Amino acid sequence: MSRHTLSVLVENKPSVLARIAGLFSRRGFNIDSLAVGPTEHPEISRMTIVVNVEELPLEQVTKQLNKLVNVIKIVELDPTAAVQRELLLVKVKADTQSRGAVLETAQLFRAKVVDVAPDTVTIEATGNPEKLDAMLRVLEPFGVRELVQSGMVAIGRGSRSITDRTLRSLDRVGERSA
Amino acid sequence: MSEQMTGAQSLIRALEAAGVDTVFGIPGGAILPAYDPLLDSKKIRHVLVRHEQGAGHAAEGYALATGKVGVCMATSGPGATNLVTPIADAHMDSVPIVAVTGQVATGSIGTDAFQEADIRGITLPITKHNFLVTDPLEIPRTIAEAFHIASTGRPGPVLVDVAKDAMQAMTTFSWPASLDLPGYRPVSRPHAKQVREAAKLISEARRPVLYVGGGVLKARASKELRVLAEMTGIPVVTTLMARGAFPDSHQLHLGMPGMHGTVAAVGALQKSDLLITLGARFDDRVTGSLASFAPHAKVIHADIDPAEISKNRVADVPIVGDCREVIADLVVAIQADQAAGRRGDYTGWWRLLDEWRGRYPLGYEKPEDGSLAPQQVIERIGQIAGPEAIYVPGVGQHQMWAAQFISYENPSTFLNSGGAGTMGFSVPAAMGAKVGRPDATVWAIDGDGCFQMTNQELATCALENIPIKVAVINNSSLGMVRQWQTLFYDGRYSNTDLHSSRIPDFAKLAEAYGCVGLRCERPEEVDEVLEKAMGINDVPVVIDFVVHRDAMVWPMVAAGTGNDDIKIARDLAPEWEKDDL
Repeated sequence: MSRHTLSVLVENKPSVLARIAGLFSRRGFNIDSLAVGPTEHPEISRMTIVVNVEELPLEQVTKQLNKLVNVIKIVELDPTAAVQRELLLVKVKADTQSRGAVLETAQLFRAKVVDVAPDTVTIEATGNPEKLDAMLRVLEPFGVRELVQSGMVAIGRGSRSITDRTLRSLDRVGERSA
Repeated sequence: MSEQMTGAQSLIRALEAAGVDTVFGIPGGAILPAYDPLLDSKKIRHVLVRHEQGAGHAAEGYALATGKVGVCMATSGPGATNLVTPIADAHMDSVPIVAVTGQVATGSIGTDAFQEADIRGITLPITKHNFLVTDPLEIPRTIAEAFHIASTGRPGPVLVDVAKDAMQAMTTFSWPASLDLPGYRPVSRPHAKQVREAAKLISEARRPVLYVGGGVLKARASKELRVLAEMTGIPVVTTLMARGAFPDSHQLHLGMPGMHGTVAAVGALQKSDLLITLGARFDDRVTGSLASFAPHAKVIHADIDPAEISKNRVADVPIVGDCREVIADLVVAIQADQAAGRRGDYTGWWRLLDEWRGRYPLGYEKPEDGSLAPQQVIERIGQIAGPEAIYVPGVGQHQMWAAQFISYENPSTFLNSGGAGTMGFSVPAAMGAKVGRPDATVWAIDGDGCFQMTNQELATCALENIPIKVAVINNSSLGMVRQWQTLFYDGRYSNTDLHSSRIPDFAKLAEAYGCVGLRCERPEEVDEVLEKAMGINDVPVVIDFVVHRDAMVWPMVAAGTGNDDIKIARDLAPEWEKDDL
C-alpha cells in the first residue's frame, strides 16, 4: 500500500461530499484524510483526499470519482513537488514545573501557543504529517488532554495552477448559457 | 417574456420538451400537483400501474425496447422507495430511465414529515446521478440535464426529486438552450492510436474471440459488429446482456458464454489468445474465477465507461469510446491491414471450435414420466413467435433457458435483468416494452416465483389495452435456488417449494385480472396452446405451463470455480485434451 494525495475539484453543490464519501465506502476504498474548502472560484470547491491504496485500485478510485457528475477534475499531487499541510490543535498538561519544557517543544517545532490555563497549554501547529507526528511524540510524555487535527491540504509547487484551465472552460459554459 | 405557470405545469411542460410520450406511475400526496397538469397533456400518456416497482420496470422495458429514455413517476416516501429496486436494476444494466418523485415541502424536509424519505440519499449509490429540486425555476433545467445524463455516455437511471412547494409555486418556463454540466463529458470518439494497436493485435492473433456485451446493443452497433465479424472471420460470443446483438443463426456465433453458457463459447474464451471485448465488463457470471479466466489471452477492452476498463481484468489495449464508433474505426483499420496483406489465419482455431460446437450442443432431456420439459416450452415459444417478437424473462432457470433455447436474430428482442437479477422483472418490463413497441408481439417468460412478485400489473395491462403474453414456467419451485440445493446442499430443499401447482390457480388469477387464462400440462398440448395465445391480441394472455420440477440448467460453471471446470451435466465435464494448437 502507498499513500496518494488527490486534489479533486468539485461543483459547489449540496450532497457532493456525501457522493464522494459514499463512493469510497461502497467501493471499499479507505480515506486516510479528507479536507474540503472553497477555491478562488465560488462555484468550485476543492477536496484534498489522501488514500492508502495500491496503483491499480488507485486507478479505479480516480475513474470512479471522475464518473460522479459533480466532479470536475482530479489531479494526483506528487508529494515531492507539492506543499502538504495539516493543522493541529493540542491541549497539553503543563503546570508551573513543566510549562517551560512544553513551550520549548512548541518553539522547536515552530508551533504557536494559542491558549494558556493554570494546568494546560494549547498549541497550534501546522506542517506535513511527519512533522506533526514528531511533535506529538515529544509532547505525549507531558500528557495530552485533547487533540484535534484537520485533514491535509496540498498544493503543487511552481507557477502552474490546476484550477486555471478548469475555470476558463467553466467561464465559457457560463457565457454560452447567459 | 416567458409564460407564467406553476412548477407542476413547468414539470409536465419540461417532460414534453424532453420528448416524453409515456409515463408509468402512481399519484400520491407529494406528487399530486404534477398529476393535475398531466391530465391536460396531449403529448404524454400516463399508464397507471398498481405498484411503483411495476412503474420502474415498465420504464426499463420501454427503454430497452425502444432505445428511448423510460419515465416513471411516484410520490414521496414509500412511493419513492418502491422505485428503489427497478432503479438499482437499471443502474446495474445501464438502462436509461428518469424517475420523477414528489418530495415533502421544502420546509418539512429533514423533519420526518409524513411520507418523507430521503430518496436522493437512498438512491445516491444506485443512480447515475440524482437531483433534489426545491426552486421551481430549476425544474426545466434539471429535467433537461436528467434526460441528457440518462441517455448519453454509459446510460443509466437518473432520479429527480421535486419538493411539493416547488410544484405549487408560480414560476416561468424556459427550456435551456445548453446544459451546464462541467463535470460530465462522456468520451464517445475512440483514440485512433489505440484502434490501430487493436487492429495490429487482431491481425497477429491465432485464437481471437469477439467478446460482445450489452454495450453493443446500447450503442446500436449490431450492423457494425456483423461487418467486423464477417470481414475477419473471428468467432463471436454474446453475453446475457448482448443476446440479439449478433444473429444466433450466424455461422460465426458460438452462443452465450458464462455460468450457463455453451461449451464452445466458454471454451473459446478460455483458450483464446486475444479477447476483443466490446461493451462487456468481465462480470463474475462470465469470467468464473478471475484468476483462471482466459489465462493465455491478451485483452482489447472497448467501453464507453473508462472505469470498466481494467476493473476486473487488466486490458492490454484499452479503448474508451462508443462501441459503434469503436467498431466502425476498427473495421477501417483492419481493412487497411488486410489490404497490406496482414490477415489473421484462424483455420486451426475454427477446427477446434467446430469440434466443441459439434460435440457439445445445447440440449435437454425430456422427462421420462411424460411430463412437460420447461426447455421445450420455451424453445417452442421462440419458434412459434419468431425472431421479430420481444422476449422478456424474469430471473432464474427460465431466464437461462430463454437465453439458451430461443434463437435471437435481432437487437433489443431479449430484455432481461442481468446484473441485478431482479425477480419480478418480467411482467412489468414486458408491459413497458409493449407500450413502446405496440406492434411487436411481446412474450413475458416468467417463473412461478417471479410471477407472484409483480403479477398485479396484469390489471394495468388489461385496463390500459397492453396485450402482452405471459408464459408462466410453473415448476412449483424457486427453481434456480432448488437447483443449487440439489447440487450443493445435498438436496435439502429448504423453503424452495412454492406449491404453485395448488395455490394460486394462475389461469383463474389471470381471468380475475381480465386476461385470458390458459393451462398446459402435456408436451403434446404445447403447440396448440401457444397457437391459441398467438391468436389473442386484444387482451393479455397468461398460460400456466406446469412443468417438471427437476429440470436443471446446463451447462454450468459452479460459482467460485473456474470456467475450465464447466459441467455439461451433473459430474460430466467436456473433454479438452485435443485443444493444443
